[in-house]
Formats: sequence, structure tokens, C-alpha cells
Amino acid sequence: MRRQVLPALATALALALTACGGQTPQAANTPAPATSAPAAVADTAAPATQAPAASPAAQPSPGGRIQTIISRGNLICGVNSVLPGFGNVDSTGNFSGFDVEFCRAIAAALFDDPTKVEFRPLNAQERFTALQSGEVDVLSRNTTATLTRDGSVGLDFAPVTFYDGQGMMVRKDSGIESLEDMEGARICVQSGTTTELNLADQFRSRNINFEAVIFQEADPTFQAYDSGQCDGFTTDKSGLVSYQTKATNPDDHMILDVTMSKEPLAPAVLQGDAQWADAVRWVVYATIEAEELGITSANIGDFAATEDPNIRRFLGVEGELGAGIGLPNDFAARVIKHVGNYQEIYNRNLGPDTPFNLPRGLNTLYTEGGLLYSPPFR
Amino acid sequence: MSVAPPSQQQARIPFYRDTRIIAVLLQIIFLFVVVGFIWFLYSNMMAGLRRSNLLPNYSFLSQPAGFPISESPIPYDPGRTYGYAFIIGVLNTLRVSVIGVVLATILGVIIGISRLSSNWLLRSVATGYVELVRNIPLLLQLFFWMIMSQAFPRIQDSINLGGLLYLHNRGVTLTWMREGSSFGAWLIWIGIGGLAGVILYIARRIQFVRRDRPGVALPWALLLAAGVALVGFIILRISSGTWPLALDIPELQRFSFQGGITITTNFAALIMGLVIYTAVYIGEIVRSGIQAVNKGQREAARALGLTPGQTLRLVIFPQALRIMIPPMTSQYLNLTKNSSLAVAIGFPDLFSVAGTTLNQTGQTVPVMLIVMLSYLSVSLVTSLLMNWYNKRIQLVER
Repeated sequence: MRRQVLPALATALALALTACGGQTPQAANTPAPATSAPAAVADTAAPATQAPAASPAAQPSPGGRIQTIISRGNLICGVNSVLPGFGNVDSTGNFSGFDVEFCRAIAAALFDDPTKVEFRPLNAQERFTALQSGEVDVLSRNTTATLTRDGSVGLDFAPVTFYDGQGMMVRKDSGIESLEDMEGARICVQSGTTTELNLADQFRSRNINFEAVIFQEADPTFQAYDSGQCDGFTTDKSGLVSYQTKATNPDDHMILDVTMSKEPLAPAVLQGDAQWADAVRWVVYATIEAEELGITSANIGDFAATEDPNIRRFLGVEGELGAGIGLPNDFAARVIKHVGNYQEIYNRNLGPDTPFNLPRGLNTLYTEGGLLYSPPFR
Repeated sequence: MSVAPPSQQQARIPFYRDTRIIAVLLQIIFLFVVVGFIWFLYSNMMAGLRRSNLLPNYSFLSQPAGFPISESPIPYDPGRTYGYAFIIGVLNTLRVSVIGVVLATILGVIIGISRLSSNWLLRSVATGYVELVRNIPLLLQLFFWMIMSQAFPRIQDSINLGGLLYLHNRGVTLTWMREGSSFGAWLIWIGIGGLAGVILYIARRIQFVRRDRPGVALPWALLLAAGVALVGFIILRISSGTWPLALDIPELQRFSFQGGITITTNFAALIMGLVIYTAVYIGEIVRSGIQAVNKGQREAARALGLTPGQTLRLVIFPQALRIMIPPMTSQYLNLTKNSSLAVAIGFPDLFSVAGTTLNQTGQTVPVMLIVMLSYLSVSLVTSLLMNWYNKRIQLVER
């Protein structure tokens, strides 16, 4: 009897110990959010105050997300893996695309090494859960910034990296020229997207009956359209351009000249860690500011000895800009050196030399009539 | 002398070596560990959710859902609430499960019996089918059926079978029945027919008992009920001038068919996949059930002069059924739960609707709880029914 009792006791003890062991890092973590605890209490009373919660003085607190990433040694970034131009994985497992480059930029800012990123391919439905559960540090996956997602879904959006709008792809021989021609049509759409909701809203407000066919994964959604099971396929216009290159006969399809919604695509982090949100925000701004200042990965060496205090501060030659958001002072220089400025990122993935050849449209600097505008680095 | 040893013994054994105390103590410790572990997981989760301002909240259920659902047995539009969308999901899951269970049982019984057939071709085909299907993952099979369905022509060039049935890559459009204006009156006729059938059935049964001889009751009763309904159908046509049920012939509009009913490829592929996959397991259960019936039973039945068909139907099968029901229940539950793979091929079942809801609202914990409870209750009801049936057909031993 005693022989049976002892192992049982040992198991129970081991269990208790593991439970304690599990609690220790938790205990170590508690001081970190302690600074934000008063804010969190206030939030439960008035959730509306949460959105600007990032603004209260973000002290570089040990134990926040940045600390976790640095001690882990790499950034875990949630990306798309089936959208060429934005997030795509090739046969050798290399990720490429516009959104992917922003992950690399963040890694460059943190580690001075853009390869220290682990990419997690996520579909539209998985992406928020992955962020909520802490599986990924940052989500850079053509995600539309909306109030609900900022609020009740629990995200904090970085600045918009791509201003997009929802479009509709149809077959040229279908005779459809506007949404009004689509009465009774069957439309393929991916679930868990803003496009799914916009589609319903747009057609409801125009009083057009339609039948939506909803798939969880992006590829089956497009495949169903491509094989003729749907009359229309809807997603962001940039996505449509990307998908058109995947079609069996790209020339058989066309994108309707209608924009059904605003789709500002932005990277996102989990809300509740203001410092980390700031870091991601300013890495994005750094790429925009670099374009405005005319600094590229090719000519950044020329600016090393510049006298312009703006550029000196921006590149971290003087001042302590990075320290305030938990990044090294030369984070912008690192981003530009390894990944490049916004224009370089855009042209490499979506520009005239790529199969997509997307005009920059709204995605140009404010000085050229676009919407890209970085607050000053000072 | 006789008193001293026990007291000595009692003094010598400390409580931590007393097996009775240890037994109780260990259970208490174990209980604490389990409760403590669950509490730790729960409080950890709540702390995390609170930190990100994502505390569970069920108020979203009464908010408008805003997303479309491709097929629904009851009317739905995106203006309805999340709660209503959930109900559509549950109904779609039930629709797939019930149809799937019925078809899988029929196919499974045929497969199981074929596996034991003395006909070489039939036996080999059944064996090949079982070995092929049960060794390929179900999800892959669902994709296979979905891709197969894309081989059909586009809806504009549907394969037209007599103008009554159209095959296209969005599904099958069939001619169906439409209720006429006198449909309500016809329901009364059906009621009368049904009642007459029941009366006839009972009367026949009483007659058989009196004569102490077996006879056929059910077919005659059904014939009577159908006859009365048919007479009512014709009388109503003459009296009101319209058929109570009219043919609803599909007509091709620009993008879709008007009239008739359309079974979508997504639904059909899901049913095909689930039925073909589950039928294999049911077939094996049927085979093992039949083989478990003592050989003497078959021999005795044949000796009494029963045909092979009668032997199977009247002697072997009723006994095999007792062995088959418990594992069969598991397969029915499996089919119901496997239907959640629908999300991969675009059929809006419960899991698919829940996934969208979760994504739009961010309420992970409540949504997952609702989904788990829904599947649990469907499964428990299935179990309950099957257990009741199992008890009913159990051999009463004396």
C-alpha cells in the first residue's frame, strides 16, 4: 500500500510545483502592468477612454512586450501567406510582401537585424485570436483599422500603411458593369473580414438582393469564384489586383470601377501595452518620415555627417528619441538601412516593376497630395 | 497484557502512516490541486483579458450581426442579431447531422451486408470502398467533393434534364412542390386519412390476436391513408379549381434559378463527404454485429425453411442490432461533430457562424462557450435517444 501511496504523493507534489512554477513568471509580470493598472481600472468604468490610452507617458517598463521580444531574440509577426504583394510565402518558405517588410522593419529597429522575425501565417479568422492570446507580437496582415477592432476586439492600430478600398471582381463576359447589375448574383467573400460586412451593408443600402458564399480561407474563396461558382469576388482592391494574377485566365476578369468602402490597412498590436504600441507606431512613421526627408537605404551613408538637426535627431546621431518608446535611439537609421523607406518598400512589392503595378493613389506623401504624414521626430 | 499491545500499537503508528487517513488525505490534496489548477487557469485568463480590456460580455448577442449567411432554413438577413445568426448555425448543423445520420445508416448497412456477401464482386467492391475511404482524412475528402462539383458547367450552361432538373457548378436545381391556395384544406384530408389508417392498423392487430395468427397490417393502413389523401387531392382540384400542391418548375434568370429548390454544392459536398466517410465505420459495425450472432442461429433459421433474406431480416439482424447500437451511437456523434469541418468548404454551420461572430466581436470566451454547449447538447440528446432505444431492444434475460 505504501509503495502505491508514495508515487501518488510525488505526482501530487509535482503537480503542485508545476502550478507554482507556472505562477512565478506571472508574479514577475505583475509589476509591469502595475503602472497601467490604474488606467485599466478607469477603463472598466469608461471603456471609451481606452483608445487614447497609449498617450499617457509611456515609461520603458521592464517586463513589457518589448522586453519579452528582446529576451526571446526574435519578433513573432502574424502575416498573410496567400496574398502576393502583401504577404506571400514561396516554395522555399521565404515570406515576402509589403506587410511582411514592416515586420522586418520592426525587427530591424529592435535587433539591428531584419531577419530576426518568425512569421506566423494566419487566416482572416485566426488573426485576432492569435494576437489576443499573445501568440504573435504584432499583426501585419492587411488588416483594416476599425473602431470595433480597436475597442472590443482589443487591438491597438499603428498608423495606416496602406489606404485601400473594397472592390468587386467580375467576369468580363457577365455583362456586369456596376453593383446595380448584380441583382440576384452570387458573391464569394472570405469570412472574418470587413469586406464581408461592407458587402452586406452596401447591397442592403442599394436594395440589391444577393447571395453570399463565405469561406474561411482566402484561397478556396477565390478558387470558387475562379471556377464560376460565384458571379463576383470581393475584397480590398489591392487584394483583387493581387488575386487577378492568380486567376486561370487573368484577362477574363475585371475589377468594377466602384469603391465600396474605406479600407485603411494597418499593423496592430494587442491593447494594454502602450509602450509596445508606441514602438510599432514610430517604426511605421520612420519609414514615412524617411521618404519625406529623402533618405533611402542606398544613400543613408551620406547623411551620417549631416548638420541638419532634424535628420541628426531622426537618425539617432543626437538626442534620445528612441529611449522614450523603448527602442534604441538609432532605430530609424536601422529601419532605413535594412529595409528602406516607405517608397522603397512600396516599389519593391507593389510598384511598377512588380506584376501588380499598383498606382500609389492615396498612398503618397501629403506633400504630393497623398495621406502619408508623419508627426515630427522630436 | 491483552490491553497493552493495542494501545502500544496505536501509539506507534503516526497518523501519516495510517492508510485510512492517508487515503482520505490524498483525496483532499488531489481535490485541492485540481481546484487550485483550474482556479489558476481561470484567474490567469481573466487577468489577461482584463489587461486587454476584453472581459467576457454577452450583450453582443442582441446586436445586429451585419454579416450575410449563404443558406438558411429560416429567413435571415444581415440586420438580424448575432443570437439569431447562432440559431441559423445550429439549424444548419442539425440539418446536416440528421440527413447525414439517416443516409450514412442506410449506406452503412448496405456496405456491412455486402462485406459478408457470398458474391465475390460485391464483397470486393465493398472491401475496397472501406479500405479506400477510411484511410483518407475526412477534410481531404470534403475538398475532393468540392473540387469535383466545380467540374460541372457554369450556371448559364447548366445541364438540363427535361427542364425539371438542372445540374451546374453551384448545385442541383430541382423542380419542387409549391403550396396551392387549397393546401390548408388538403391538410385536413391528410389528417382524416392518417386517422383512418391508424384505426385500420389497430383493428387488424386486434383481429390477429383474436385469431392467434400473424398477418400484414401496416401496408394496408398506409395504403388506406394514402388513398384518402389522394381522393381529397382530386376533390379539392374539382371544387376549388387549383391543385393543393403545384409543381414549381425552375427557370433560369440572369444569375440564378427562380423557383424550384437548389441544393448547393457546399451542402451536397458536405453531406457526401460525411455520409461516405461515416458509412464505412457503420458498415464495419454492421458486419461485426452480424458476425457476432451465433452461427447456430443462421443454421436453425435455414433448417426451419426461411429464405436467406428472411434469415437475415427476421433472425440475424434483430440480434445483431443489440450489439450494433452502442458503437453506432458513437458514429452518429462523430458525424455531428465532424460536420464542423463545413467551415472549410463554405457551408454556414454553427462553427462557421461562430467563427465569424468571434472575429467580428472579439468575444472569444463567450462564443466558444456557446459553441461548446451547443455541440454538447446536440450530442447529449442523441446519446439519450440512442440509449433509450438500446434499452428498449435489449434482450430481456430470465
